[in-house]
Amino acid sequence: MESIFKKIASMSATTILLILSSIFIVLFIYAKPAIAEYGLNFIIDPRWGVEVPLDNVKKEDKVSIKEKKVEQKALTHDDEIAVDEEDLGLDDEDDIAVGDEISETNTKTIYGGLVPIVGTILSTIIALLFAIPLAMGIAIFLSEIAPEFISKPVGIAIELLAAIPSIIYGMWGLFYFGPFISSIFGGGSVSLLVAGLVLAIMIIPFMASLTRDSMNTTPSVLKESAYAMGATKFEVIKDVIFPYAKKGIIGSIILALGRALGETMAVAFVIGGVFTFPKSITDPTVSIPVVLANSFAESNGLSLNALFYLALVLFVISFIVISFAKFYFLRDKK
Amino acid sequence: MRLMINKIVLILSTLAAVIGIGFLFWILITLTIKGVSAINLHIFTADLVDNGLRNLLVGQFTLALMAVVIGVPIGMVAGIYLQEYSFGNKYAEFIRNLSDVMMSAPSIVIGTFVYAIVVNPVGHVNGWAGAIALAIMMIPIVVRTTDDMLGLVPRELREAGVAIGAPKYKVIFNIIIKAAKVGIMTGILLAFARIVGETAPLLFTSGNSEYFTMDLNNEFPSLTVAIYNLATMPDEKLVNLAWAGAFLLTLFVLIINLIGRFITKEKKQ
Amino acid sequence: MIMDIKHFSFTYAGASAPSLKNINLPIEENKVTALIGPSGCGKSTLLRSMNRIHDLYPGNKYEGEILLKNLETKKFENILEIKKENDFINLRQRVGMIFQKPTPFPMSIYDNIAYGLKLQGKKNKTELDEAVENALKGAALWNEVKDRLNADARGMSGGQQQRLCIARAVALKPEVLLFDEPTSALDPISTGAIEELIVELKEEVSIAIVTHNMQQASRISDFTAFMYLGDLIEYDKTETIFLNPKEKRTEDYITGKFG
Repeated sequence: MESIFKKIASMSATTILLILSSIFIVLFIYAKPAIAEYGLNFIIDPRWGVEVPLDNVKKEDKVSIKEKKVEQKALTHDDEIAVDEEDLGLDDEDDIAVGDEISETNTKTIYGGLVPIVGTILSTIIALLFAIPLAMGIAIFLSEIAPEFISKPVGIAIELLAAIPSIIYGMWGLFYFGPFISSIFGGGSVSLLVAGLVLAIMIIPFMASLTRDSMNTTPSVLKESAYAMGATKFEVIKDVIFPYAKKGIIGSIILALGRALGETMAVAFVIGGVFTFPKSITDPTVSIPVVLANSFAESNGLSLNALFYLALVLFVISFIVISFAKFYFLRDKK
Repeated sequence: MRLMINKIVLILSTLAAVIGIGFLFWILITLTIKGVSAINLHIFTADLVDNGLRNLLVGQFTLALMAVVIGVPIGMVAGIYLQEYSFGNKYAEFIRNLSDVMMSAPSIVIGTFVYAIVVNPVGHVNGWAGAIALAIMMIPIVVRTTDDMLGLVPRELREAGVAIGAPKYKVIFNIIIKAAKVGIMTGILLAFARIVGETAPLLFTSGNSEYFTMDLNNEFPSLTVAIYNLATMPDEKLVNLAWAGAFLLTLFVLIINLIGRFITKEKKQ
Repeated sequence: MIMDIKHFSFTYAGASAPSLKNINLPIEENKVTALIGPSGCGKSTLLRSMNRIHDLYPGNKYEGEILLKNLETKKFENILEIKKENDFINLRQRVGMIFQKPTPFPMSIYDNIAYGLKLQGKKNKTELDEAVENALKGAALWNEVKDRLNADARGMSGGQQQRLCIARAVALKPEVLLFDEPTSALDPISTGAIEELIVELKEEVSIAIVTHNMQQASRISDFTAFMYLGDLIEYDKTETIFLNPKEKRTEDYITGKFG
């Protein structure tokens, strides 16, 4: 009995490894046709669903594309139906990537992820710019300034902010915050700026809590010795607490960054969903999660593979950022 | 001069806290105003097809519950392994870190993963896919909670159990888990609150349904997915319905959070 | 003798040097043997070897023998050779342990006592009731708790909890009871009650007790072993150790020259 349970327990733990690796593998398999088709250019190509004439295409590609077209025409007479009824062909390992558009003139469709990638990065940067000072301020307030009868309810309030589902932030952002921002800065009520700010509000509670916890690990004796030398509160924070808690604070910032990268619903409401580069910060655009949310259900064929490619990119970036944060936290523990 | 900088920083920090609280109130107040005004008996008795929320409320709760049924056992047992059977060996540390990383992974990516492995083979969206996606999100949270709560149990209690002649698994189940019971249950409760508010993992796994159904084999009603769809409709009635749903969801989630905090506080006394 | 420790050395996992070096110590039957010495001398390590509780943690190394008398065959068996789960369980039912911090299980008072008995296979309610009552009486707890046997054990005071742990161990009718600083977390009155209990218990069980409280050792033990930095410096009748120690280091410790 004992050994049975021990085996089950260890298998459960391994399940986690299994799930994580499966995600990588599955994403990769489903992205492979797009990876094969576009390579790393995908990351810097701003075109999505754009048809280009096949004269730009290399000879081998021409042949394979021709072959696929013959196949498709053989399936049915109507081109449109051929696309819809098509088995996505994603289950087999043969990378049959089927172009969405089949027209009489030879074209292929280009999918490139630059626009959502840029949108993700920019919105996250905006979010961090606003979130970091506010979160640090809140953490300082909770940890060093507020007397207990204030810091407790305020702390609870901050944690409640963190518990609010992201879709609520989305709705509030769309109907209230967006218009408010656009009344101040101009531009649309859905835009990169609004998305960045809403993201900021979402990650502030998380960042503030972690930072506050890190700050609280500073031993009182350290703080007391600084005060005893006549340091002001700010100086104690700057010279004693923050250096001591540095790793935890940086870790919390990086972790919040990781979360912001993957945030979908709130951003989907307020970023505008327009697949173009924003010319100014108050223009609408897209981010990777938003593209996935909006386009996934109706996609098939190569565009679906391209979406999986995007998902893979997002997953890899998030994984790297979060692991990096974890690493920072771990160094703190030693 | 130093004093002035000090004062400025302190004022700014307090301002930050005020702004933070301000946002909380702004969100909650607008939610309450828009939500409460849209609440009536009808939304609880009618399904989405008739402009009600009933099937969505039940559906969301069901999906989250299924996620608990699938995810909690796996997560708890893994957490037990990490705390009780691994003695901090390198593999366990690795799994622990991996689990933490998974906790912050983008939920939409998990949705695409489950789409690939469940929806695609089946051929259409289904409730099981949604439940599985939520379960995958739940597992790392439960692992961490179980791991931490078991870690709080004093070493001597384990030794006392062994010293009386109990085999290890009995010590774990009869004594250690019981001792950590409150903490673990609270953790699961809070994880449930987090999962029940999720949208992205459900978007293309279980989708949404306008009808009342408990059939997990097909598209399944989800409050969060519905809110997403309704909020952008041109019909104001539908948007109000979205607000009502958002209000109820937030109320539910916040109440569970407060209950969880209350329990933790009680335990500390 | 009920136990005989011979040439026993112990090294913790990952440690470069042994924590116990070549210990030779008898545990006399139906007597109280005290292990005293300054912090870090290894007295707890030695005690915890006697029910092999160290084996909860992998990687420790043993050398030598710890012999436990088999009451049926009257032969001594080396408990360091135990490898199978069932034999470990059997050992611990014969050699019980009480810890420094009271460790009530998260169950009712009744269930705490009954737990070990149920592990042994006892199911009959009447038998269990009787055994629980006897154990609680034996720990001088019965009168205090007889009306609330179903109350959660964690609601008891520290002293009561510790007596509960003693009752719990005694219920299994062990041959040896190991006490690891049982009163260091308790107030003087509870301490006194438990010391009395230990002296009474030795009629039924053989007792080994680790204590950093010399007066306690001199009050309740028949034999005393003084340890220092992993060595057993001196072992003798308690009277002799305290009034007429043979080793200088023993004398220095007794007279408080170092602690």
